[in-house]
Amino acid sequence: MSTAATGTPAGTTALSKGSTPEPGDAPGRGRNPVVARLTDVGFWADWAALVGLVALVVVFTVLDPSFLSSGNVTGMLSASAALVILAVAQTFVVATAGIDLSIASVTTLGIVVLGQLYVADQPLWVCFVGAVLASLLAGLVNGLLVAKAKITDFVVTLGMLSAASGLALVLSDGQPVTVTEGFFFDISLDGPVEMVSWIVVIAVVVAVLAHVVLYHTRFGTHVLATGGSPEAATATGISTARVKVAVYAIAGLLAGIAAIIIVARLGSTPPAANTSYLLNSVAAVVLGGVSLFGGRASILGPVFGALLLTVLLNGLTTLGVSQYYQPLSVGVVVVAAAFLMRFQK
Amino acid sequence: MTSLEKDPAGGTTTATRPILEARNVSLSFGSVRALRDVDVTVAAGEITALVGDNGAGKSTLVRCFSGVHKPQAGEILLDGEPVSFSTPEAARAAGIETVHQNLALVEDLTVWQNLFLNRELTRFGMLDRKRMRTEAQKMVAELAVNVPEVTARVRRLSGGQRQAVSICRAAGFSSRLVIMDEPTAALGVQETARVEQLILKLRDEGHAVLLISHNFDQVMRLSQQVWVMRAGRCVAGRRTDATTGQEIVGLITGAIPG
Repeated sequence: MSTAATGTPAGTTALSKGSTPEPGDAPGRGRNPVVARLTDVGFWADWAALVGLVALVVVFTVLDPSFLSSGNVTGMLSASAALVILAVAQTFVVATAGIDLSIASVTTLGIVVLGQLYVADQPLWVCFVGAVLASLLAGLVNGLLVAKAKITDFVVTLGMLSAASGLALVLSDGQPVTVTEGFFFDISLDGPVEMVSWIVVIAVVVAVLAHVVLYHTRFGTHVLATGGSPEAATATGISTARVKVAVYAIAGLLAGIAAIIIVARLGSTPPAANTSYLLNSVAAVVLGGVSLFGGRASILGPVFGALLLTVLLNGLTTLGVSQYYQPLSVGVVVVAAAFLMRFQK
Repeated sequence: MTSLEKDPAGGTTTATRPILEARNVSLSFGSVRALRDVDVTVAAGEITALVGDNGAGKSTLVRCFSGVHKPQAGEILLDGEPVSFSTPEAARAAGIETVHQNLALVEDLTVWQNLFLNRELTRFGMLDRKRMRTEAQKMVAELAVNVPEVTARVRRLSGGQRQAVSICRAAGFSSRLVIMDEPTAALGVQETARVEQLILKLRDEGHAVLLISHNFDQVMRLSQQVWVMRAGRCVAGRRTDATTGQEIVGLITGAIPG
């Protein structure tokens, strides 16, 4: 603990205060505004993802100092890129009180379309556009079925989960394509600065744009209004149906971008749906303090949530914990975070 | 405006020229005749009350004015011109604002975001948050007695403050007629008094107000004109200063035929 304290003072305060039981700290309340704030459960709930991220980094570094080596940090950042983008995608849908269960399958569909176009000797940009369009189209279908056909989001996206992964298998005949394109190695291994690859830059750009859209455009306000109170949104003339179509389409579009990043990292196009992306995108959103009932959302929270999950899995791997424990640990962390959310301000 | 001058405004029971007029408006839902040949006028610069028992057709009539329902027969005139609103948006664009019974506020958004909901001000395509906050501050300060912080989330406001925000939203944006459906139904005594002050202020600033209320004292206190509805018909219209609460009750129940 002492080595960590010099490294990240904020993290240690977080840890020691967080682990102290609430009532025991009561005398400190009112003595000092900082202490009062730190003893408020609501504060921890609001910043759960960031606090958890810092805490995990501290713990893993103490247990294995090579955890923060530049090689491992580079790897973790690159590994988090796709999940960050999918978490942002899920955030838009959840902000309207919906959920996109098909997000991982739609990503796989994008991956397969990219692979098939690549095998057909199409130029790289055609492969990219094809992947993004395929995912966007799937998202659009989700949106139209939810908003216009008025079928429950859960059922629509569950159907799309199956349909998109089935389509991916049909298109690829169940076979992955090996992509040996220099460009992919360049964007996943090189970057503008040390430890930051271009795919991380893409994820950052997506997150910044999403933040701007959510907080600085009329559309973003309408997304929050649609999730917060559909009646009020409708009464002021907002077309909640259009907003819903748009958020599912955005989720599809971002899934297509995530598909390109995943192919760049793997150098191949696995046709099997990676369901952990679905669970982890929802988990990142929950960790990020976004209300599953809609109306309350941030982009920064889910981004920290995605980083936390990546750090958790990476840390367990470097410690030599069996892979089989990883889903278990994600489950525990997410439920714990959801419990903490009950105290949110 | 010329057409307005030609309009025989003296033919109505209201004293000043009507801003809104319903003529022979009828509307049925299946076999239920919700409105039957309703004639009602709302005068500019006045508070007009619409009273009647539950199911008398008040809300249905008001929804015809605010563009939710479309009358099957008869016409609605705004400033003497026949109008037909296909959506609530169209009614709002024409200057008819409604303060809904369920308030229609988004709890997780701030006061200023609610005031500008779907009317957001933008600069180069981005929200002009600063200008909206300043304008919201002005709107609220001009009207409300217990001014809520415009950056506060609506979730944090009391019932009276929420009603004040709803009324501010309806009164802003140069609306000409504000329709209020039971604006004080869920409020305590003090908050009711504050909202009533707000309604009077709205009238003094030149808005016409159409008030649905079950509270006869309130109707007698605030309104200049009362229309009484019973079983889908408008059975009587009275100037408030020429009637009594007792007569109104009689008209509502049918004890006085009207």
